[in-house]
Amino acid sequence: MSNTDFIVHDKEDNVGVVVVENTPENQECTGWIMEDDSTIKIKANVKIPLGHKIALKDFKTGDTIIKYGYDIGKVVADIKKGDHVHVHNVKTKKW
Amino acid sequence: MALPKTFQGYRRENKRVGIRNHVIILPVDDISNACAEAVANNIKGTVAIPHSYGRLQFGADLELFFRTIIGTGKNPNVAAVIVIGIEPKWTQKVVDAIAVTGKPVEGFYIERHGDIETIMRASRKAKEFLQWASEKTRQECPISDLWISTKCGESDTTSGLASCPTVGNMFDKLDSSNVHMCFGETSEITGAETVCEARAKSPEIGKKFMKTWNEYNDFILENKTNDLSESQPTAGNIAGGLTTIEEKAFGNMQKIGKTIKYIDVLEPAEEPSKGGGLYFMDTSSAAAECVTLQAAAGFVVHLFPTGQGNIIGNPIEPVIKLTANPLTARTMSEHIDLDVSAILRREMNMDQAGDALINETMRVANGRITCAEALGHKEFVITKLYRSA
Repeated sequence: MSNTDFIVHDKEDNVGVVVVENTPENQECTGWIMEDDSTIKIKANVKIPLGHKIALKDFKTGDTIIKYGYDIGKVVADIKKGDHVHVHNVKTKKW
Repeated sequence: MALPKTFQGYRRENKRVGIRNHVIILPVDDISNACAEAVANNIKGTVAIPHSYGRLQFGADLELFFRTIIGTGKNPNVAAVIVIGIEPKWTQKVVDAIAVTGKPVEGFYIERHGDIETIMRASRKAKEFLQWASEKTRQECPISDLWISTKCGESDTTSGLASCPTVGNMFDKLDSSNVHMCFGETSEITGAETVCEARAKSPEIGKKFMKTWNEYNDFILENKTNDLSESQPTAGNIAGGLTTIEEKAFGNMQKIGKTIKYIDVLEPAEEPSKGGGLYFMDTSSAAAECVTLQAAAGFVVHLFPTGQGNIIGNPIEPVIKLTANPLTARTMSEHIDLDVSAILRREMNMDQAGDALINETMRVANGRITCAEALGHKEFVITKLYRSA
């Protein structure tokens, strides 16, 4: 059971968290959805470091990132499925 | 796992139970630090608690200062206290407030005596207190005598995935055991504030939380520059993969588990008064400030999930550190009391992690020295509300 590359908290989340030191680039990665214990596969487009987020779908500027089943910020630059999701393409809606 | 029913603690004169037996040398003000540190250097086994304030503060800021200093002296992890201030009046105020607990406390002031004579007299009394405290023994106490606080730091996404929910699992399991528990970090609930409001025991308590959160948020909005880049989330959080305050907040909230509800909202350093259960305290999200306030409110053991590796300790309240980040567990192992990174490899479930944390907490309550204690981390940081006069 130790070949999980990324973890997704809730079924409705649209990002996952990488739990290996780096995702292999351009290779299929295995994700575990904690809520329903299901497995998904996504190809990482770039190396994504441990703890960083991978996009589970395509996003357009203005879309909302969902994690823990909740709104955690807005997309500020288009994101492709399998891309690295972080401060370069997502910002807070709060401050 | 069946919950432990008892632990070995020090029952104090006021019936509260400590898990450490410190004799502290407590300066009332910044300029008395040198004297306090000299006394602690003379009398081996005592602990000086130097800090930066205590002069010309006023209003709510002064009240918080006294609540923090006095609460530190009253904490049941402290057996006896030497108070040293520059002048007699505030020194005596601190002595009298700590004396309410019934523990030995004596004050010394420096004016008209000078450092050297004060150090000599205070050292003699500190030696007497230390030898007296050294004969105190641990006795069996019900688990309901344990007061446990939590706050996370240098969080990353592994905190929200695993180390914070480990604390949450433990808190849910302790909900029916009448243990006092406390979480805080007002600014760090931003994004999850309505979810936090809904976790109050009653709508009135939820409203009290929202009032506290709104005041903090207004203060941040008033004082921020362009945004809080690298402060919330911190540079360390961002390096660890946390992108926004909302993401950090939902991870933070995992520390209060899935079912437990908080029964009151406390002012910074305010002692809980509604009996066992979970409390929210209005605190900064800075680690040392938050733990200092929780210790001053009377909490005796602290649970600190970390992602990237915050190394904080406290002079009187042992800080237990847990991480789920395998890099942190490997590269900073001397700081980590409990490694729960197996959760991320699906080799440990949350229930097992919560049990492991309960077990570690009981060991520390019974006397096991934490990593932060062994490494000498004694960060005591007073929260200051505004400029002094």
